[in-house]
Amino acid sequence: MHHFTRLALASALAISAGTGAALAQGEITVAIQLEPPHLDPTSAAAGAIDSVVYANIFEGLTRFASDGSIIPGLAESWEISEDGTTYTFTLHDGVMFHDGTTMDAEDVKFSLDRARAEDSTNAQKALFAGIQSVDVVDPTTVKVTLGAPDGSFLFNMAWGDAVIVAPESIENIKSTPIGTGAFKFVNWTQGDSVVMEKNPDYWGTPAKLDKATIKFISDPTAAFAAVMAEDIDAFAGFPAPENLPQFEADPRFQVLNGSTEGETILAMNNKAAPFDNVKVREAVSHAIDRQAIIDGAMFGLGTPIGTHFAPHNPAYVDLTGMSNYDPEKAKALLAEAGLADGFETTLHLPPPSYARRGGEIIAAQLAAVGITAEIINVEWAQWLESVFRGKDFGLTIVSHTEPMDINIYARPDYYFQYDSKAFQDLMTKLNGTTDTEGRTAILQEAQEMIAGDYVNAYLFELAFTTVAKAGIQGLWVNAPTQATDLTGVSWAD
Amino acid sequence: MNRNLILGALLSALFLAAALVSFVWTPFDHTVMDIPAKLQRPDGVHWLGTDQYGRDIFSMIMVGARTSIAVALVAVGIGMALGVPLGLTAAALRGSFLDELIMRGNDLVFAFPSLVIAILITAVFGAGAVNAIIAIGIFNIPVFARITRGAALSLWEREFIMAARVAGKSAARISAEHILPNVTNLLIVQGTIQFSLGILAEAGLSYVGLGAQPPTPSWGRMLADAQTLVAIAPHLALIPGLAIILTVLGLNLMGDGLRDHLDPRLRVSRA
Amino acid sequence: MLRYSLKRLLSLLISLAVASVVIFLVIEVAPGDPAAIMLGINAQPDTLASLRAELGLDVPKWERYLNWVGGMVQGDFGTSYTYRTPVADMIAARMQVSLPLALYALTLSTLIAFPAGIYAAARRGRGGDMAVMGATQLGVAVPNFWFAMMLVLLFAINLRWFGAGGFPGWDKGLWAGLHALTLPAIALALPQAAILARVMRSALIDILGEDFMRTARAKGLTRRQALWRHGVRNALIPVLTIIGLQFSFLLAGSIIIEQVFYLPGLGRLVFQAISARDLIVVESVVMLLVFAVITVNFLVDIAYALVDPRLRSRT
Repeated sequence: MHHFTRLALASALAISAGTGAALAQGEITVAIQLEPPHLDPTSAAAGAIDSVVYANIFEGLTRFASDGSIIPGLAESWEISEDGTTYTFTLHDGVMFHDGTTMDAEDVKFSLDRARAEDSTNAQKALFAGIQSVDVVDPTTVKVTLGAPDGSFLFNMAWGDAVIVAPESIENIKSTPIGTGAFKFVNWTQGDSVVMEKNPDYWGTPAKLDKATIKFISDPTAAFAAVMAEDIDAFAGFPAPENLPQFEADPRFQVLNGSTEGETILAMNNKAAPFDNVKVREAVSHAIDRQAIIDGAMFGLGTPIGTHFAPHNPAYVDLTGMSNYDPEKAKALLAEAGLADGFETTLHLPPPSYARRGGEIIAAQLAAVGITAEIINVEWAQWLESVFRGKDFGLTIVSHTEPMDINIYARPDYYFQYDSKAFQDLMTKLNGTTDTEGRTAILQEAQEMIAGDYVNAYLFELAFTTVAKAGIQGLWVNAPTQATDLTGVSWAD
Repeated sequence: MNRNLILGALLSALFLAAALVSFVWTPFDHTVMDIPAKLQRPDGVHWLGTDQYGRDIFSMIMVGARTSIAVALVAVGIGMALGVPLGLTAAALRGSFLDELIMRGNDLVFAFPSLVIAILITAVFGAGAVNAIIAIGIFNIPVFARITRGAALSLWEREFIMAARVAGKSAARISAEHILPNVTNLLIVQGTIQFSLGILAEAGLSYVGLGAQPPTPSWGRMLADAQTLVAIAPHLALIPGLAIILTVLGLNLMGDGLRDHLDPRLRVSRA
Repeated sequence: MLRYSLKRLLSLLISLAVASVVIFLVIEVAPGDPAAIMLGINAQPDTLASLRAELGLDVPKWERYLNWVGGMVQGDFGTSYTYRTPVADMIAARMQVSLPLALYALTLSTLIAFPAGIYAAARRGRGGDMAVMGATQLGVAVPNFWFAMMLVLLFAINLRWFGAGGFPGWDKGLWAGLHALTLPAIALALPQAAILARVMRSALIDILGEDFMRTARAKGLTRRQALWRHGVRNALIPVLTIIGLQFSFLLAGSIIIEQVFYLPGLGRLVFQAISARDLIVVESVVMLLVFAVITVNFLVDIAYALVDPRLRSRT
């Protein structure tokens, strides 16, 4: 999943285990940057939908924990058959939807069948592609049969696109979401906020807050002012890193610096001249000063990366040295490629500030080695049309926020058009490997392969920042998925 | 000469001079970034400080003046080039179907919410200075058409035009030889006003990211970039804002002054 | 008069028809597939096709145009692609912000402009007039979004008298709503007030030279009494015209200000809809704004014709 589909990087606020904290206040207003188009996570790619409803209103069989690991959700436990193709889930007993209807195996079957149906509008239909059948064994037992073993099936079921919905309430789900979560949907003032209240009949650990409001503030200045003026209690995914020092210096606030799964890259069109020449791609990689970009565009937030992999992942290899900042070397490489006088290209920049600001800096850095990159600012709609689908671009900046997405390099028709048989074979090998050590070795080889082929210029891992009032507890620091999980949040005494 | 005219002309000349000088000289290269030297306050080296990438603001304001003036000037040019002939035609054929068509067409363009349409145009054809010029220019056409028609209509009633008609001159020749020279003053005054509106419009479009694209500096975009930094570096927002205000103010004063100067009848009635 | 009105009505209808075609065409050539935007880059072709069918995007363009226009005539603005709610409902909801904001700004601008214009006219050529005229020159030169930024900096961030933006909804009370709209209304009102004050002043100055004003003075009214009793009333016609035009401008023109204060209004709706390629929303809102302006112009023309019969024969 690209950054644009998971645009609003939501914070996930922790499911803290602590129980004794008395409630100083029972309400919270958390802001996120983007407003969802509607509230059905199972029929659109907009990450902003998950930022509101994931874990709060809707739950799936499994779910993401704060560290990105997969933990049980509505499924209490599961059994996997010897051959790895049959998953038998045991559901929690007595789970009710917010409208009072019971959540049972029939609802699970309905939800999964709906997602993989012929006329499904699920944005991540591929997650369900491996499912051959879903069978109800009894009200709390459901059996899912896969066509082939799939080590990531439980991971897939944790996505917001795989939450369990009910046939009774599906018709109005986009405006009145009815789920099983610890919060019930109350109302949505379009253009402003969504209000939720505590679900008193929740099957699990109840929410500590009585009422939660998620407010949408897209403008970075307004975001700054809203936090400063204490209009809101927290801002998950604060959009203006330049203002963070002021919050850090102010005892009224706490600033949480975390990471995301977002590898921010300067993507190159590998099939279009002159980027079809590896020397040119290498030159571009050496022409770029990552630290200047992180300092100038992100005000110091972000970890430099040398390949398409999250630095906090145990399998990460630091390959930044392969593409260190060396303008002289870049010029030499261009000369070797027969482009001693440089060349002209386009740099398509989608709306987020990492792209717009980073792009201005990169254009200046490329100019220093003789490459003229014409900046073209585009809306996501145009980016999708011309860059992603039309492949009509030279350079573009995007943050790929899907976890573990190095396999996109095995898709030759993917927008940057890297077509390497060796890499594709490597990914096939990865799919057939189940032991951790073996997988790590393959993943590291893959990281080195794309870094060595200079497929793209790897910039930095996108940071995730939450600004909150000092008294709020239970906030997630990192954003392993898009969610603003408020079920464990509370106020200190 | 009146005070408005002098003050307005001085302010306008100042920014025009800045724009022209920037072709040959600026204190620094406005595109060179120096990230460690970012957000500096005005001092002896950087007269107006540096921006978030450490670029020299004084140089950017100078080059930005060029962008603003170019966009506004061409947009007004488009408006005049198309609007004036339309207005002259409508007046020459007053009461005809064509006159009605031109005037209704004018109303139609006026009726469109200009900013929304400008955003649409740039969304369809891409953001950039050229499309900003087109978007602003389109809305200048009816302004000039209407004002030209209005002034020309009353001229057609005058004796010297009657005389020309009696002498057998065609409506087209009369429009070109007698009407146009007599509406020139009016067009200069209106042109100055539209020029200042064009500068404001360019700033607005650039502010929402639809004007000139980086690395071309633009006052509106400098403001947009300054927005999140306004609390820590107010000069980033103050300086381009003042540049816009002073330029627009200068042009408006000059327009008012010119009107008084060129049209004694108005001066009497206002005195 | 009837013939004139009918003629103007006909041209109003033609204008609306032309406008609808223009809007539809401009928006339809915009690149970007709404379905693709909604489903993102992992969407599969069959998923896209089913969504397109669901949105009614799979029929020919002319048919879509007819459906759209036909619906609007009956008050049905269609269903938003992204929000999946009736566009008419969305417009109604956004109007609850944009309409009061425009009225608020208009009220403020009138409250500033009237006294300023009258004062300047009364002291024509003297210091007070110069000061007012100077202030209006400044007022029209300030970009309203810049002024809005300065207002936020001063009143929201430093003084904390007002929120930095957002709108709590009218259900939180009239006061809360007005409080939230105050800074945006000021930012919008300032340039309008400057224009209005100038119109007021020049209208009054024109009227002060008319014969009936001399008559009024001759009857023994003081200059001030004459100004108030006869001058202001007669200057209202051009001033009200400008106010009418400003109102439709404010409704459409608050787009940037709504962005600065993140108000959920009509302008912001259009902006969001354009970037999400929610074509039907863009089309309908732009059409509505055009309808508003054309109708206001029509009413102004008719009103003028009623007042001044000469106009009827001229057009």
